[in-house]
Amino acid sequence: MVGLEHYLTVAAALFVIGIFGIFLNRKNVIVILMSIELMLLAVNINLVAFSSFLGDLVGQVFTMFVLTVAAAEAAIGLAILVSFFRTRGTIEVEDANVMKG
Amino acid sequence: MATIILLAPLVGALICGFGWRFFGEFAGQVIATALVFLAAILSWVIFLGFDGETQQIVLLRWIESGSLATEWAIRLDRLTAIMLVVVNSVSALVHLYSFGYMAHDDNWHEGEHYKARFFAYLSFFTFAMLTLITSDNLVQMFFGWEGVGVASYLLIGFYYRKPSANAAAMKAFIVNRVGDFGFALGIFALFFLTDSIRFDDVFAAAPGLAETSLGFLWTEWNAANLIGVLLFIGAMGKSAQLGLHTWLPDAMEGPTPVSALIHAATMVTAGVFLVCRMSPVFEYAPQATAFITVLGATTAFFAATVGLVQNDIKRVIAYSTCSQLGYMFVAAGVGAYPVAMFHLFTHAFFKAMLFLGAGSVIHATHHEQDMRNYGGLRKKIPLTFWAMMIGTLAITGVGIPLTHFGFAGFLSKDAVIESAYVGSDYAFWLLVIAACMTSFYSWRLMFLTFYGESRAHGHDAHGHDHHGHDAHGHDDHGHGHHEPHESPMVMLIPLGVLALGAVFSGMLWYNVFFGDEAKMRAWFGMEAVAEHHAEGDHAAPAAAATTAEAPAADHATAETHATIEAAPEGHMVAAAPKGAISILPYGPEELEAVKAKIGFHEGEGHHEPVNIIAAAHSVPKWVKVSPFIAMILGFLLAYQFYIRKPDLPKRLAAAQRPLYDFLLNKWYFDELYNAVFVAPARWLGAFLWKKGDGAVIDGALNGLALGFIPFVTRFMNRLQSGYIFHYAFAMVLGIAALITWMSLSGGAH
Repeated sequence: MVGLEHYLTVAAALFVIGIFGIFLNRKNVIVILMSIELMLLAVNINLVAFSSFLGDLVGQVFTMFVLTVAAAEAAIGLAILVSFFRTRGTIEVEDANVMKG
Repeated sequence: MATIILLAPLVGALICGFGWRFFGEFAGQVIATALVFLAAILSWVIFLGFDGETQQIVLLRWIESGSLATEWAIRLDRLTAIMLVVVNSVSALVHLYSFGYMAHDDNWHEGEHYKARFFAYLSFFTFAMLTLITSDNLVQMFFGWEGVGVASYLLIGFYYRKPSANAAAMKAFIVNRVGDFGFALGIFALFFLTDSIRFDDVFAAAPGLAETSLGFLWTEWNAANLIGVLLFIGAMGKSAQLGLHTWLPDAMEGPTPVSALIHAATMVTAGVFLVCRMSPVFEYAPQATAFITVLGATTAFFAATVGLVQNDIKRVIAYSTCSQLGYMFVAAGVGAYPVAMFHLFTHAFFKAMLFLGAGSVIHATHHEQDMRNYGGLRKKIPLTFWAMMIGTLAITGVGIPLTHFGFAGFLSKDAVIESAYVGSDYAFWLLVIAACMTSFYSWRLMFLTFYGESRAHGHDAHGHDHHGHDAHGHDDHGHGHHEPHESPMVMLIPLGVLALGAVFSGMLWYNVFFGDEAKMRAWFGMEAVAEHHAEGDHAAPAAAATTAEAPAADHATAETHATIEAAPEGHMVAAAPKGAISILPYGPEELEAVKAKIGFHEGEGHHEPVNIIAAAHSVPKWVKVSPFIAMILGFLLAYQFYIRKPDLPKRLAAAQRPLYDFLLNKWYFDELYNAVFVAPARWLGAFLWKKGDGAVIDGALNGLALGFIPFVTRFMNRLQSGYIFHYAFAMVLGIAALITWMSLSGGAH
């Protein structure tokens, strides 16, 4: 029987993969965007799992919101990425170090 | 009237000091001088017409804080009256003298104004000194005490372009601080124990102080003795007693009128005045007065030895002053306060005169102060010569032995020595030896300055190089304006007035100061003696009644009975003793000791030596003659050394080189203090400057600003890499830490 803890384990694994995807990745920004998506999905799995476990639909409603926001965020992220590529000529993460005073 | 006397010099100082720009320097000088003369004349009126009753004139309420209530009041009694005359007379004459002496001064450039400043300082000094002597409480006295210190500082450093004058001024001020610290501690102790600083309250509490003990410096002391010693330390500083005397010779850097006024006649006698003023306390402090006696005698001896070999005319007189102050302290120390005041009184006249005479010589020889360059001035400046001669006769104590006929110093110094014989053998012998040396150095000064061949050589400082005529620089070889010239009348008149004082002040006031005890008691406003001695022809030593009355009672009670009428039984006495000065009669054992010492025999028409004054009258004949013999001896030695065989001093100095150097260098006191106090203080200063300030404070600030902050900055700079994944990693670490902490600490619970 697949219980709550299995869902949570998968979600935690996905989430940690997402985190490591962000700061171990040195190659390109798209991987970062994908990692963020991964983390959001992990959260979604959590929400759905608890919703089903507790018999409360609110968690699934939130999941729909998160998916919507994630889609919008992915669109904006890709748009920023495109303009970033146009100005800098690269999407290498190693080269993206302008965020310092 | 006393108020006018006190305030006139202050007004003069203010007008002259601030007003001369409006009405001219000369007018300022005249106003200051006139006001001091007014004060002097009124002082004489008070002095001659004074009836001995103590008066208090309250001027204003000064400090009120807690139980301390201080009024600015004038205490007018015989002590104050004597000091008023001394201070104001000498001050007025010095003001007048300064018109001549300060008229031209090479220390100032053409067109510079310095005279009004000088007169303002002089008048300010006079005011401060008057505050000191008219004070009714110790704080007011301390104000005057510090005021004269400031005036002394300003006037010693009057030639502020001379580094030596500035150094001397600072030295005087700093050395005096040491003494003032003791004085201040004494005042604190008195206030602590008696809860008052008014003289009347303090005097009334004095017998009780003798039975109180006080912890100080981790030791228990008898309160009266401790306070006596502390006050005397203050007196030591001001009066240049051994140990704190080093500033006085250096103070001769000031203009000569200043030396005459401050460092001979008035300020330096403040210490003697303090001891006499506090006599009701000192009478209960036997150890303190013994200390005063020993130190005074040692100072008299020490200063006289140094005076023997000094070459600067003013320094000789300065050491002479130091020595005479020692005489006064001996008299005060053995309890003969009127004698101390007597010597103070006469000394003021003849010492001021010697200084002004020396000033006249210096003026005449164009600011030459080395006696080796004088000689043969008798003919050139005859009036100054005669003034100095009278001063010398007075200080050496010329008079007819065993009579009361002689110069001022003869009467007062003999009185001191007779009192010293009763009080202390040590003091007596040192004073007699010092009297011999006094005579020697005074005559040495006279002989070197006024007799013999002129030794003036080229006043090169003036740019006239007449080496060919060095040996006889006073001939008519075309430098006539270097010829020694007699001083103007404004300088000679003060000399003449002081000469009168130096000749007559001793004889005129001998009886009331010392000679006749009944008159003395009336004069100082003390209680008249209760009953006359049985065989008494004249009433002199008849305080005997008190000893007859309470012979069996214990010491302290007997003394209490003697001084205070209707004293209640018990330790504290309610009323202060009457009069300006307190002299207790001897206790029974003391009386026996004194009788044995002076060879007293019952029933020969003599009177019981019931106290120091009576005992001093009954000393053996040889004691009375001894200072005269010492004086003659000193004169003959000086005559031998400087008239008959002028090469003898040089040979003696060569033969006794170590001794001569020892004396010439003033017993190496300055060198000793330099090594013990000045050098460590400088080392400490340099240490704190280089190490404390330079290394620690500057080092800390520089290290922080140049080392630590940039290090932190560089570290923070490296943190801010700009890489998004670094920031994300930091965030994750933060969240992980936060969650860990919340889990471990139980979260919200």
